Amino acid sequence: MNLFLPNRFRGKLIVVEGIDGSGKSTQISLLSHWLLSQGYAVVFSEWNSSPLVKQTTRRGKRKEMFTPTTFSLIHATDFADRMESYVLPLVKSGAIVCADRYAYTAFARDVARGVGRRWVRNLYRFALRPSLAFYFRVPLDVALGRIRGGRDALKYYEAGMDLGLSRDVEESFRIFQGRILDEYEAMAAEMGFHIIDATRSIEAQQREMRSIVMRELGESLKTHVLKLPPGAEFNGQAAAAHLL
Amino acid sequence: MARQQPLTFYSEPLAGVDPGDLQGKLLVVEGPDAVGRSTQVALLKQWLEREGHAVLDSGMARSALAGKGIKMAKQGNTLGPITMTLFYTTDFADRLEHEIIPALRAGFVVLIDRYIFSIMARAIARYESRQWIEQVAGFALVPHAVYYLRAEVETLVSRVVLGRGAFDFWESGMDLRFGPDMYESFTRYQSRLIKALDSMVEPYGFEVIDAAQPIERIFRELQRRIARQLAGQAFSPAGRIRKSPRRVKA
Repeated sequence: MNLFLPNRFRGKLIVVEGIDGSGKSTQISLLSHWLLSQGYAVVFSEWNSSPLVKQTTRRGKRKEMFTPTTFSLIHATDFADRMESYVLPLVKSGAIVCADRYAYTAFARDVARGVGRRWVRNLYRFALRPSLAFYFRVPLDVALGRIRGGRDALKYYEAGMDLGLSRDVEESFRIFQGRILDEYEAMAAEMGFHIIDATRSIEAQQREMRSIVMRELGESLKTHVLKLPPGAEFNGQAAAAHLL
Repeated sequence: MARQQPLTFYSEPLAGVDPGDLQGKLLVVEGPDAVGRSTQVALLKQWLEREGHAVLDSGMARSALAGKGIKMAKQGNTLGPITMTLFYTTDFADRLEHEIIPALRAGFVVLIDRYIFSIMARAIARYESRQWIEQVAGFALVPHAVYYLRAEVETLVSRVVLGRGAFDFWESGMDLRFGPDMYESFTRYQSRLIKALDSMVEPYGFEVIDAAQPIERIFRELQRRIARQLAGQAFSPAGRIRKSPRRVKA
C-alpha cells in the first residue's frame, strides 16, 4: 500500500524536516530563492498555516484543550486544507512547492506524544509524495544551543508540557525534542530521506542540497516544471515577493 | 450492581482510557439529513430523564474545540472534502474525550445524534477511501446500539421541501456539485449517503428503523429497543448476548 499519493504531475514537491533548531527553515528558504533565480515558478508552504483551521488551533492551544489525538487531528486538518486548496493545484500546474515541515513532522511529533504509529501514518495517506525530502540531522544539544537565546519563551505544547514529562519547561522541551529526534532517526531510512549533516556550515549544507536537487531532479526540472514568463527576470524582486 | 461487558474501541485504543471504567450506555441515532434524527433524540432524552436516567446528548459540530471553526469554514467556499472529513473527526474526538467518555464514566446514558458513521458516509459519498476513513475514525468506542433511521431519498426531499422550504448547500453536496442545481445535487448526493450508510448496516451492526413511518411510531419503536437495551437483554453490535444484565434504576 502506498504511504502517500504518487506524484504524477508536472510540478515538484521539496520538503525539509528536522527538530527545532536544526536549521531547516534557513536552508529551504535559500534553496527556494535559488530555484526562483533559475527561472522556475516556486511557491512556499508553511506548516500550520491554513486560514480555515488556524483559529481553531490557536483556540485549542490558548485554552490548553488538546489531547494527543485532537492535537494530531487538528494538524492533519490544517495540512489537508493546504494540500487540497494550495499544494496539489500548484504541483498540478507545474510549480515547485517548497514545504517547511511535512507529514513526517506529524509522524515524529504525534508518535512522541503517544499516538499510534500506524494510525498517524494512515491519517496522512492523502498527502502528495514529496519529490525530495531532506532531513537535517543534528545532535540534541547543538539544536538546543541554537534555540537558546534566539527566541521567545517556549510554548506549552511545543515543550510537550501536556505530557507531564517535567514541571520545568526547559527540561520538558529537552525530553520531548529528544523523543522526536528518536522518531526521525527511526524513520529516516524507511522514508528515503536525504540526510544533511546540519552541524556543518550553512554554505556547505546549501551546496549539498543544490547538488542533490540537480542530481535527482535536474532533467525533469528543465522539461516539466513551470517557468517564469520571459521578462520576469527584469522584475526579479517583485516576482520573488509575489511568489514567496 | 451487576457488571456489563466493557466497551471497546474499534481499532485504535485511546491513550489513558480504561474501557472498564465506563459504566454508562452509549446509544447512537444515525441517518441521512432531514430524516428526523434530532426530533427523535429530543423526545428520547425527555423520556429517559423521566425514567430517571442521567442523559448526555451530543451531536456533530458541537465541540468546544472545533464547533465554531467548522461553522466558519462552511460559510466560505474553499472547504475541501478531506479537510471537512478531518475537521469533523477532530470535533468528534474532542467530544468523545471531553464529554462522552466522562459521562460514560459517571454512568450516564449517552445519546448521540450522528456518530462516526455520518462522517464516514459523507467521506465515502465524496469519493474518499473507505479504508482510510475507517482507520482514521478507529479510536471511536463501539456503541451499545446504533439505530439507523432509514428512508428513501424521496422521503427526504419531501421533508426538506415541506419542513424547511429550501435546500441547504452542504446537505445538497453542492461543494462537489453532484447535479446542475440544488435539487438534483441533493438527490444524487443523499442517494450516495444512503448507499454508504446501508453498506455499514452489516459490519457495524446497525438496527434499521423505517423512518417513513409517522414520528410517534418511530419513537415507540426506539423506546422499545432502548428499554430492552437498558435492561441488558439486547444483542450487542458484535452479536453477543450480554450475559450479566445491568440493573436499571427506574
